[in-house]
Amino acid sequence: MADVASYAADDVDNLKATELRLGLPGTEEEKTTAALLPTPPSTPRGKKRDVISGAAEEEAAKTAPPAAKAQVVGWPPVRSYRKSCFQQQASSKSKPPPAPEESAAAGAAGALFVKVSMDGAPYLRKVDLKMYKGYRELREALEAMFLSCFVSSGAGAGANADAPAVNPSDFAVTYEDKDGDLMLVGDVPFDMFISTCKRLRIMKGSEARGLGSLKNN
Amino acid sequence: MTYFPEEVVEHIFSFLPSHSDRNTVSLVCKVWFPKLRVLTVKGKPHFADFNLVPPDWGGYAAPWIEAAARGCVGLEELRMKRMVVSDEGLELLARSFPRFKALVLISCEGFSTEGLADIASHCKFLRELDLQENDVEDRGPRWLSCFPDSCTSLVSLNFACIKGEVDSASLERLVAKSPNLRSLRLNRAVSVDTLSKILMHTPNLEDLGTGNLTDEFQTESYLRLTNALEKCKMLKSLSGFWDASPVCVPFIYPLCHQLTGLNLSYTPTLDYSDLTRMISRCVKLQRLWVLDCISDKGLQVVASSCKDLQELRVFPSDFYVAGYSAVTEEGLVAISSGCPKLSSLLYFCHQMTNDALITIAKNCPNFIRFRLCILEPRKPDAMTNQPLDEGFGAIVRECKGLRRLSISGLLTDKVFMYIGKYAKHLEMLSIAFAGDSDDGMMHVLNGCKNLRKLEIRDSPFGDGALLGNVAKYETMRSLWMSSCNVTLKGCEILASKMPMLNVEIMNELDGSSEMEENPGDFSKVEKLYVYRTTAGARGDAPNFVKIL
Repeated sequence: MADVASYAADDVDNLKATELRLGLPGTEEEKTTAALLPTPPSTPRGKKRDVISGAAEEEAAKTAPPAAKAQVVGWPPVRSYRKSCFQQQASSKSKPPPAPEESAAAGAAGALFVKVSMDGAPYLRKVDLKMYKGYRELREALEAMFLSCFVSSGAGAGANADAPAVNPSDFAVTYEDKDGDLMLVGDVPFDMFISTCKRLRIMKGSEARGLGSLKNN
Repeated sequence: MTYFPEEVVEHIFSFLPSHSDRNTVSLVCKVWFPKLRVLTVKGKPHFADFNLVPPDWGGYAAPWIEAAARGCVGLEELRMKRMVVSDEGLELLARSFPRFKALVLISCEGFSTEGLADIASHCKFLRELDLQENDVEDRGPRWLSCFPDSCTSLVSLNFACIKGEVDSASLERLVAKSPNLRSLRLNRAVSVDTLSKILMHTPNLEDLGTGNLTDEFQTESYLRLTNALEKCKMLKSLSGFWDASPVCVPFIYPLCHQLTGLNLSYTPTLDYSDLTRMISRCVKLQRLWVLDCISDKGLQVVASSCKDLQELRVFPSDFYVAGYSAVTEEGLVAISSGCPKLSSLLYFCHQMTNDALITIAKNCPNFIRFRLCILEPRKPDAMTNQPLDEGFGAIVRECKGLRRLSISGLLTDKVFMYIGKYAKHLEMLSIAFAGDSDDGMMHVLNGCKNLRKLEIRDSPFGDGALLGNVAKYETMRSLWMSSCNVTLKGCEILASKMPMLNVEIMNELDGSSEMEENPGDFSKVEKLYVYRTTAGARGDAPNFVKIL
């Protein structure tokens, strides 16, 4: 799973240019990281553990490195029985990954293939979302996969790659989530996106314009 | 009081107005103990559920079973929660009480299926064997075959928490000879086909926990299941499902209109659309437990379909602190406006707002239990970034019958001022990562007249609050404080002022004796548990527990 810190990097800055925000007004993704956890109770004995008040805690947490998926003992307050049931279910469901490649994001059990369709393309493709560390890599892979099929065959060998037949800003990458809704790629942290993405759809033309483009997101 | 004649004792007790008080008194009345028929014992503190109490802390069932075996052989029912029960204890239980009828174990541990075999073998009149969320060691399926042919009295059998295989033939035989069976909760290992066969013998079944409903079987199996379910005209409550395939959902439809209780909270394989297809048909639903993958949209469907809803629990499917959750304040607002009878809530979500809570309070003034868990500690109002004091304040102000409350999110001392001022019937309060100063805890101790259990973690309350109203603790069942600011000195003062309390402090697990090296130091106490006692300090405390 991608580190929380990684999404707070330039990907989000680029995405903001699309101006299409699906979060609630006033919510900023940075705050989610910053107003995060107190440090878990320290184990060294006798150390005075200062419990900082709420506001000061946020300040301290903002300067501290954000803890990716950090765990606080006993939080959230869920019974061990429930947690162990889910672990049991997860382990009984896991099958050997179809393509047993050691990806850089080690530890991921199995691939996460989703279909990718592109408006106007004659056939669909499949990508393994676990292969990508973030949105930029995914975008680059999609561009490589799809835009090349639109390059005019008349260009011939040695075609000028700087003048593709299609303009990436005419396309927007969207996805269908668990609820069946069509969402713009890039609004949520990458690992959250992976867990909710059912299929990808690259939209083009008038539908896409204004939603944000391949180039910019 | 053994020197009073029984008539005098009974006359004194007749002045106790409530059943619960009379029950409590009867447990410490030596004259009445031999006549005890029903015994309910709870062991570890509630926060043990969340791994905050180290293992081997205590809560052993054996002394209780041994004392009962010596003193009240007429015992018929034993209910235990958060206790450590051994197979030897279960065997003693099975052999000691000839009229034993009901064993209920909730969140217990320490026993195996062999202990259950003894219960099955020797309790000739067993009516109820109810195992809820226990950690049971699996030593094979033999136990289920141990019920003798003469045992036909079963009314309730719940073995959903048993992890291993069960013998289908034994199960079918057992069910076939139990005509009074009203409640049956199977474990994950029971197949759909076995379930269908069983249901042919249970026309009076009111509560069913299915086995696994996976998609590894044919449509015919599902059809058999539907036919069998349709025979259960009395069936009102459904749970289990486990890794249920979405394909099974339509086969449950015939049941939906009669369901009053539905627990899908162990089923991560059903998503929002599967869940809403089922729940939208459950128009009589009163109790619903689901996972947060139902999402806000799904909760809107619940709100428009289930007008009789009284209890809702929405559990997280992602257990990480900053994990993803598809439910927010919007889902709960929708529920509150569609289901005005809602009185009991457990809701895990990733954000909340004061406005939402205020609306919810106005829509549902009948809350008795309100437990809200915002997954990220100290998270403020998602719209305004303010603390959630006003929202929870509205809850305690509007819901005059509130007995249990769990708060979360960013909270200052102000929320405790509201709780102390308005929550006059509050019996149990759970606090985590909240408050600014001792004043917060003092508001609660001084204001909540009916407070019985107070549990606090990771909040800045110290000795001032701990010692600010020590007499209060004698009116309460217990106080838990962990990762707060109380010191060893403060706890020692409490113990010396209140000899009728056991003041337990827990060191770090590695048996650190730093506190003994510096006695009276202002070193912080990591975990504190205070409770009333008529018997002094307990003798079974492990070495990491110090009783002051």
